[in-house]
Amino acid sequence: MFNRVRELDRPLLGVTVALALFGLAALYSAGQTDVPTQVTTIWQRQIAFLVLGAVLAGLVFRASPRLVEWAAPYVYGGALFLLLLTLVIGTGAGTAAGTKSWIVLGGPFRLQPAELAKLAVVLMVARWAADRRSPPATMRELMTPGVIVLVPFLLVWAQHDLGSAIVFVAILFAMLYWVGTRPALLLLLVSPAVGLILAFSTAAWGAWFLLILGLVLWWRIYLWEAVAVVTANLIMGVVALPFWRSLAPYQQNRVLAFLNPLVDPRATGWHVIQSRVAIGSGGFLGKGYTLGSQKRLAFLPAQHTDFIFSVVGEELGFVGVVAALTLFITLILVLLRIARRATDQFSSLVVFGITGMLFTHIVENVGMTVNLLPITGIPLPFFSYGGSFLVTCCAAIGVALRVAWESRLSGYTER
Amino acid sequence: MNSFHPYLLDRRLRVAHALVWGAFVVIGVGFFRTQILEHGRFKLQSETNRLRPIILPAPRGIITDRNGRVLADNVPGYTVSLLPGAEPTLDAQIASLRTRLERVAPLVRLDSAGIERVVARFRRAPYQPALVMADAPFPVVSQLEERRLLVPGLVIQTEPKRYYPDSGVAAHLLGNVGEVTEQELGQRSGLRPGAQVGRDGLERQYDDSLRGADGVRFVEVSALGHVVRDAASSTRLRPEAGEAVHTTIDLDLQRYIARIFPAGQRGAVMALNPNTGEVLALYSAPGFDPNRFVGGVDPSYWRLLSESPAHPLLDRAIQARYPPGSTWKLAMAAMALKRGIVTLHTRMPIACRGGLQFGNRFFRCWMAQGHGELTLQEAITQSCDVYFYQLGIKLGLTSLLEDANGWGFRTRTGIDLPGESPPEFPSGTEYFDRLYGPRGWTSAVVLNLAIGQGENAQTLASMLRLYQMLASDGRARPPYVVHPAEGPAAALDLAPEQLAGLRQAMISVVQRGTARGAQLGSIVIAGKTGTAQNPHGPNHGWFIGFAPADKPEIVVGAIIEFAREGPYVAPLVARVIARYLGADTTEASEYKIVLPADTAPHEVQILPALPDTTGRDTLPRDTLPRDTLPRDTTHVQPRSRTR
Repeated sequence: MFNRVRELDRPLLGVTVALALFGLAALYSAGQTDVPTQVTTIWQRQIAFLVLGAVLAGLVFRASPRLVEWAAPYVYGGALFLLLLTLVIGTGAGTAAGTKSWIVLGGPFRLQPAELAKLAVVLMVARWAADRRSPPATMRELMTPGVIVLVPFLLVWAQHDLGSAIVFVAILFAMLYWVGTRPALLLLLVSPAVGLILAFSTAAWGAWFLLILGLVLWWRIYLWEAVAVVTANLIMGVVALPFWRSLAPYQQNRVLAFLNPLVDPRATGWHVIQSRVAIGSGGFLGKGYTLGSQKRLAFLPAQHTDFIFSVVGEELGFVGVVAALTLFITLILVLLRIARRATDQFSSLVVFGITGMLFTHIVENVGMTVNLLPITGIPLPFFSYGGSFLVTCCAAIGVALRVAWESRLSGYTER
Repeated sequence: MNSFHPYLLDRRLRVAHALVWGAFVVIGVGFFRTQILEHGRFKLQSETNRLRPIILPAPRGIITDRNGRVLADNVPGYTVSLLPGAEPTLDAQIASLRTRLERVAPLVRLDSAGIERVVARFRRAPYQPALVMADAPFPVVSQLEERRLLVPGLVIQTEPKRYYPDSGVAAHLLGNVGEVTEQELGQRSGLRPGAQVGRDGLERQYDDSLRGADGVRFVEVSALGHVVRDAASSTRLRPEAGEAVHTTIDLDLQRYIARIFPAGQRGAVMALNPNTGEVLALYSAPGFDPNRFVGGVDPSYWRLLSESPAHPLLDRAIQARYPPGSTWKLAMAAMALKRGIVTLHTRMPIACRGGLQFGNRFFRCWMAQGHGELTLQEAITQSCDVYFYQLGIKLGLTSLLEDANGWGFRTRTGIDLPGESPPEFPSGTEYFDRLYGPRGWTSAVVLNLAIGQGENAQTLASMLRLYQMLASDGRARPPYVVHPAEGPAAALDLAPEQLAGLRQAMISVVQRGTARGAQLGSIVIAGKTGTAQNPHGPNHGWFIGFAPADKPEIVVGAIIEFAREGPYVAPLVARVIARYLGADTTEASEYKIVLPADTAPHEVQILPALPDTTGRDTLPRDTLPRDTLPRDTTHVQPRSRTR
């Protein structure tokens, strides 16, 4: 057993343990408030989830990449089933009472299938790309991964969990890029989404549309693809407003509050304002561990989930923020190294997909606490309270550890 | 070429690295900007978020008597206030304050008007807790404490509360305290909304030094507005207690007066040290309990006081004016002596046969059978009206008015108490010209003025000033409770032997004359009785006396309204003097009620009647004589006077 541990990828294990401990400390502090709160003892439950995650990571570690590759469709299918089930019997929970993303498992335990589905999508896309000899060159070839992602994307969207839905798209683009898809194709693929956003300004949308038209002509792609891209952009320009109206008011507010937090300082903007006040008042060294007044006096909302990084910023200051970010960068770089050195295409893609998923979570969650990005309410890996995502992350790390172990076993050399 | 060729992978990896580093650098810059560059702004905002200033009211300075005994003290009381929530706009805060108020309203007995008052207080001083209940009784406090979690922003703190140990004994002297009004906030500087300020009396006069400097403490509040705890003590500003005010009052004497003052009667007693002007006691009846004003007067009690026909809030020593009656005769005698018109032994041409015919009118003496032939001293002793009618004629109206004005009979005494009324007296002959026309009056007005009737209404304080001059070396010493007033003081300009003669006459008043009931065995008291005509019922009784007569240490004046059953007045004053001089009060305990003999004759109407333009607005005016002889053919109206 100890031999095995010694054979593990030490940087990955080390940075993961460090992040888990850092996260646990932050979560403990998040529960230390002057106002009666129900989150005082959740750090104990988070420990239980960590143990569960570690056990699961151990199990995943024992599974060879071949077994994982074989199991991918079943995992994916299971995840889709849970997502469907959530749509039927899902409930809201905790700081996200407005969504219906949880399945009650009995007692206090709830499962958030969307988190598990992220890993399932990574596995499924990796399995699709694993046996390709050349990167997808046409839009038609991107149909399959597109559908693999689109189904859970729509199911999660239907739960009003916009943040998680966007993570699926990020995973797709990360993995397509790692497979070797031409950036031009990715740009054309993403162009309708950009067009959708720009459609709120007719001039900006017009400029964007002419640019896409020019690129389509310049790159001389297949005629039907060109038609599809241009049509999609046109449609987006037309449906933008109806689409905006179809968003739930709180989703609209989040976008508006991102653009100007003072639009609605009491409701949506409150989160951003108080989070920035917490972080900003932390200063260089912070107010001291567990002593953040914004958190203690309940000015900081969702301090144990979405805004746990604000607690770090307030109590440990810029120093603590840089320390946490350093750990996160290390994690991402270590994972990228593992993806680079993987023995086979499937393993490499899985690890890169996991990297993309974690990176998206980290950047989005940390970015929103200082109003660099709109609020989407996705958790911060190893910090935010929540069993489903923590266990998913642990399992993902388990997979990465196995891939690293395989590379090491095969006597990896720089080829 | 395989898309997973290491060369291609490395190329993609470099792009991925660049993306990761780029994203983290942007995030890092974002945090640097927020935490380092904008730290000050956010720190301030975080402090504003969590800290609320709460005023710590300074204890008012205590008020003591001349021996250091406490007249006005502070005791701990509870105040209940509400903090607003953390809402971003004032309107939203007021809305949340309203809901909180409605939650506590039944507990603190707050009606809708009361809620509006609290909201108005909050509007004046946002960010400060709005006062809900100034003097909360303990049961209310404990009930509120139990519900603290249901009512965010509840602030209950102990605050010093004014307490008057002797309650009503010195009510008019001390005044009371109350919450500052909107009007006062505009007029006086250094006041904060909700502050307790002095009303009336010494509390008002010396409010600025009594008030002290309020402190402030900061409490931490949660997002819901619950007060969590006191913030760090470094941000605490301690309240500074107001300065103590040491008065010249003799509490023992004040209490004694309150005890022996005839129950149910209206009137006032005032005692001075004639050699300094120090006020030793100042009592007005009926009184009130200033303790009931603390923390907001109960509306029913206020109605009781303000609607009572006895006007208990009126300080009858300095705010009520009465015709001085026979106490004025000493002023007449002093004027005549000063001008050398008479000596103490001068007799008048016409002996008293019960009245004096002047022109076509007959002016009566109070003693119908007449006093016979009298010297000035004897006339004072017997209070003979006929003598003084003739003295007035001899003196002449112009001289009378000139001296009375010079001695301050139409100016305030300048006592350091708010709201002193000036006495009423004609400023000169043009006064009569203005009222009645240049030919509409005759010099006969001097007859009424000579016996303290007519256009003459004095406060107890202003009459006491005359007797203070008589009891000392003839110089006026303005009465004061804490600090004497500045400025030139009047003087009688009498020779010492003239003063001594007048004193001798006043001694005779007590020993043989109209105030025989006031005689005390061991102490020689000098004094003069007086009776003021009252159109509304029984006459008002005066007595002003001083003792020891040879070297006076105290001069005491008393007026009792409607003293029909004969003035308790002279014995009352005698007992006060005896108490102060430490004489055995049992000597005066034979509380003989002596009917004063020198009831003033009814004033003779010599002037044309004027329409009543004054109305019955104030009590002092009401106490002026308004009617005359019932059998007089002239229908008489009260004269309108200039203020």
